[in-house]
Amino acid sequence: MSEKAKVATASLAGCFGCHMSLLDIDERLLDLIQVVEFDRMPLTDIKRVGRCDVGIIEGGVANAENVEVLRDFREHCKVLVAMGACAINGGIPAMRNQFELADCLTEAYVDGVGVDNPMIPNDPEIPLLLNKVHPIHEVVNVDYFLPGCPPAADAIWTFLNELLTGQPIALPYTQIHYD
Amino acid sequence: MSEQSSVRLDGQGTAAEAVSDEVARSEEASILLDGQKVPFSEGQTIMDAAMAAGTYIPHLCHNPEFKPHGSCRVCTVTVNGRTAAACTMPAQNDQVVETSTEALQTERRRLLQMLFVEGNHVCPACEASGNCQLQAVAYYVGMLSPHYNHFYPQRPVDASHPDFFIDFNRCILCELCVRASRDMDGKDLFAISGRGINSRLVVNSPSGRLGDTDFHTGDKAAHVCPVGAILFKHQGYDKPIGERLYDRQPISEVGDARAAEQGDQSNE
Repeated sequence: MSEKAKVATASLAGCFGCHMSLLDIDERLLDLIQVVEFDRMPLTDIKRVGRCDVGIIEGGVANAENVEVLRDFREHCKVLVAMGACAINGGIPAMRNQFELADCLTEAYVDGVGVDNPMIPNDPEIPLLLNKVHPIHEVVNVDYFLPGCPPAADAIWTFLNELLTGQPIALPYTQIHYD
Repeated sequence: MSEQSSVRLDGQGTAAEAVSDEVARSEEASILLDGQKVPFSEGQTIMDAAMAAGTYIPHLCHNPEFKPHGSCRVCTVTVNGRTAAACTMPAQNDQVVETSTEALQTERRRLLQMLFVEGNHVCPACEASGNCQLQAVAYYVGMLSPHYNHFYPQRPVDASHPDFFIDFNRCILCELCVRASRDMDGKDLFAISGRGINSRLVVNSPSGRLGDTDFHTGDKAAHVCPVGAILFKHQGYDKPIGERLYDRQPISEVGDARAAEQGDQSNE
């Protein structure tokens, strides 16, 4: 490959743990940037995703902004990857699906212990929450899934290597886990 | 010359022995499991024969200590070209059984995916994670995504018992606790109620709560749950990540979660 592959990443309803795991590939990042150019990602601070070869999504879909970013990624990325438990099945944020959204907000901002000036935040700049948290494949088509909470750095490394060199994705047993 | 003939004689002798061995073996009833001859005795199922031979057939509702149930269908194999549950299908001489074909693994993956989306299986927040048979079988069949849309059902957690939780979010309706309580403990504390997607585990007490039963840590039913639905209180996350049952080796090598737990206990 003469030109570098363009890669974008985003964290939706996640904890940035998967991105931390990506950074955990340590000095291999230097090998990675020989073959990859990063577009929108937390490291570059680019706000909108451009045309990319690979888009990697951490986190599920919990609010209107998540939906917009995810659809933007799908439109701009040839290959879209769901990275980590939350992107794949909603993960910890989806545990709120057991409750009504209004009950969650009331518990956090009105009835919660030690709440000062109780009110449910309603600033127009705050993205509206969805009634339920969804994994990203329920909103857009997803090409690859990389499970883990987070996926181990080695798993991310194996995956990126195989993807960027056009090999079939084959993770060893110890690199597949859901937690 | 004489040396040559003696070699030939020896060769003939060996061949004759091999033939008589072959006759003896063929008299022993056997099935052909993925091309391997696997012997069985009268009354054994395909699963029994495979387990005795050390060949892993993925399963969830099956536990060799109990009468087969045949409900999870994860052990589906083809028998002479037709699909059947290995845990309930009696072994018969010369059956041609296939278990590790790509088509069957794909079907098992779909079954696992349906089990995952119809409950609330949040592995990162589950104490059974790493020791969970549902998870381990999903790893074994290469499940990387849930594929389907999640149901996110609203199910309760029963923490009324002093020594146990029941987290109904994780129940896969294998009926192992039902069978254990009925057939071994003689208490009949559990049952499956409802039909289809409304099927659910219920507790046999006037309030429906586990705390109002005589469920006890010594009960067999307390030690058979293959997932994290029936959990002990006062303990948790005993083994760090990396040392749990299925962290390093697949279930095909280390076996069922509860069998391994019993092995641990007998070692102590």
